[in-house]
Amino acid sequence: MTTKAEIVFTEEQAQLLDIAENFCRDKSPIAAVRAQIDTVDGFEAGLWQEMAQLGWLGIAIPEQFGGSGLSMAEVVSIAEPMGRSLFATPFVTTSLAAQLLLDAGTETQQAAYLPRIAEGSITSIASSEEHGDWNLSHIDCTATLDHDKLTLAGTKTLVADAANADTIITTVKYCGSSCLVLIDRAAIDDSAMTREVVLDQTRRSYRIDLDGVSVPVGNLLDVSKTAAALTRHHKLSCLLLAAEACGGIAGAMDVTLEYLKTRKQFERYIGSYQSLKHTMVDILTGMEAARSFLYHAATVVDDGEKGEVAVRMAKAQAGEVFSYAGDRAIQFHGGFGFTFECDAQLFRRRAFWTENQSGDARYHRKRLAALLLD
Amino acid sequence: MNETLPDIEEFSKEVKQWVGDNKPARPNFLMPQSFMEVGTEEQFQYLKAWQKKVYEAGYLGMSWPKEYGGHSMPQVYQDIVTRELVAQDTPFMVNTLGLNWAGPLILFMGSEEQKKAYIQKILSTEEIWCQGFSEPDHGSDLGNAQLKAVRDGDEFVLNGSKIWTTLGTQATRMILLARTQSHSDSKYKGLTFFLAPMKVEGIEPRPIQKLTNEYGFCQTFFNDARIPADCIIGKEGEGWLVAMKTLMFERGAEGGQAGGHTSMKTVVEEVINMAKRTYRDGELSTKDPVVRDELVKLIMYSQSMRLNSVRDRIPALVSERPSSISMSNKMLITEFNKKMGEVGTSLQGSNSLYFVDDDNAVDGGRWQQAYFQAFSGTIGGGTTQIQKNIIGERVLGLPKS
Repeated sequence: MTTKAEIVFTEEQAQLLDIAENFCRDKSPIAAVRAQIDTVDGFEAGLWQEMAQLGWLGIAIPEQFGGSGLSMAEVVSIAEPMGRSLFATPFVTTSLAAQLLLDAGTETQQAAYLPRIAEGSITSIASSEEHGDWNLSHIDCTATLDHDKLTLAGTKTLVADAANADTIITTVKYCGSSCLVLIDRAAIDDSAMTREVVLDQTRRSYRIDLDGVSVPVGNLLDVSKTAAALTRHHKLSCLLLAAEACGGIAGAMDVTLEYLKTRKQFERYIGSYQSLKHTMVDILTGMEAARSFLYHAATVVDDGEKGEVAVRMAKAQAGEVFSYAGDRAIQFHGGFGFTFECDAQLFRRRAFWTENQSGDARYHRKRLAALLLD
Repeated sequence: MNETLPDIEEFSKEVKQWVGDNKPARPNFLMPQSFMEVGTEEQFQYLKAWQKKVYEAGYLGMSWPKEYGGHSMPQVYQDIVTRELVAQDTPFMVNTLGLNWAGPLILFMGSEEQKKAYIQKILSTEEIWCQGFSEPDHGSDLGNAQLKAVRDGDEFVLNGSKIWTTLGTQATRMILLARTQSHSDSKYKGLTFFLAPMKVEGIEPRPIQKLTNEYGFCQTFFNDARIPADCIIGKEGEGWLVAMKTLMFERGAEGGQAGGHTSMKTVVEEVINMAKRTYRDGELSTKDPVVRDELVKLIMYSQSMRLNSVRDRIPALVSERPSSISMSNKMLITEFNKKMGEVGTSLQGSNSLYFVDDDNAVDGGRWQQAYFQAFSGTIGGGTTQIQKNIIGERVLGLPKS
């Protein structure tokens, strides 16, 4: 009787979900998504400003830093509809960066950076490296102290929206431990930043050569808080990716169901064939499970081991089902599915993008096994 | 009214105490896991005595109206009792069909006379109920029922047969779907729903041997059997609507059940426990990475159903397809139960080859038994494949197959 509710969904969350659903539907129809494929930035600066004005970037930032002081659960309400519309902006990376600063930033850093983020200053995170390992403590990049400067070395990969970012928070090894360092965009020479070719063409990411980049020692985040901050960062990253993936499943289903209800073969709507219909039901039940995991995870994410179990389940389920939904979306469109023009491939590409960040389903099930069986 | 209701905490304590003091000793036979598995008179009497005891203590049908044998109390009290009965691993309620399908149906649309005649006896086990829906030639195609019911004055004369009559030999009453008109344009018209007496000349339940070796249910033959016309529920010729309502109760898509659990749930923890006491390659099964992955998938499956039911109560999180979770429940649970039986069996290594009655069978062979028995869930009440058609059409709006 006294146990805490497993899913809490507040009035604020419901309102935000509603607003975000409408926003994404209006501002990110599939034609707009496709139009962004050929642009440099991959998103419209105007829309980003609108999102900032709606207060979305400051949702989980405390009021003293210009945010609304709500929680990551409210951020989930926005990330899910974005995934459904394949709406690509630096929202997730910027939201996660704000939490890193809250968890490990010094007072000075928080006061300097958080209010700017709440106003829409794009902030990205550089945590991937050439080895491709998802484990955040597998870091080859280094920082060394040189008087009052930190000199960085190594290469970071898959830094989302880095070219548009004002600030990048990077992981490095410093004095033998994992550390976080703030880099102002101006400290990185344009020639050190290369746009990468990624399979999700609606997304932008960059390789950053850190060799020779030098930042004031004051840009080092609080070393004593970094380990905990990185642990939480991994959980929050899983949470938001799971949210985007849940939306993505719904989007892939929208596209497929529409086709199954209108396309005829042998004088029958193809959706009347049971092999297709039953598969769609499998995807539906997979999505329902994913959403239940997601909103549970959003509720308990900061509740110790329970939170870790919940986010890993959410990420594993949402990622796997999204990949399957995207795969079937292509297949069920038949010959049309093999064309670039068919939207199914956009969802399959996005599914790869979401599932293969912060650990795929197997990776999380392995971690869950340790948490649940040992 | 409210001031007469017991304090929740006090009540919980009282229930815990009562169940602890009164739960029956373990029998010396393999306990059936659900009412569909009751195969012997010995098992039946054991279970019947337990349900009667729970009812007489005031712990069954608590939210059903007082005037018909219940207690008119808020559902929360019954839920507390049910949870406690499960927690203390007590036997399930044997009159499952009466408590969960027939009872709620009669309360929902029965006449005053029917409510007075049947409800209390369902709770007390004075009347055990069975179901006459499926026919030998029409399994999932319920609307095609052919058993004939011909009016003769104040009676109907029944001819034909029904199959999969669980507790057919013990039951005294049957919810029966029969054809009262055969010339209509649609097969769904002309069906009528009866609350039929079983102990009538011309009604003969014959036990069928199941794939588990046991005799759990019957084919019931009707040869010029006469039943009174006033046992029709709903309107004559509109039995299809009543049957659909009943299926909603059966699949748990609608509430109103009397309470008490209806099956001994194998829980996922028991499967994990099996992995902790069996070996592969000289090590405990829980050390095997492939087994570990499989177990985590099972835990997630179980957890997702639990969380689904939590989310299903939050309208803003199910607004797009409000019936999706409730309509998928039956399919997901029954498939999960079968999966647990399968994994729990396979984990035993070469011992998984034994079956009930062999001295070497792990846990008396209950995992093997559970796997085969689980097909009753994935087949009965509409097969998983039929469920997928229904969900695909009603929830996703796909065209009919």
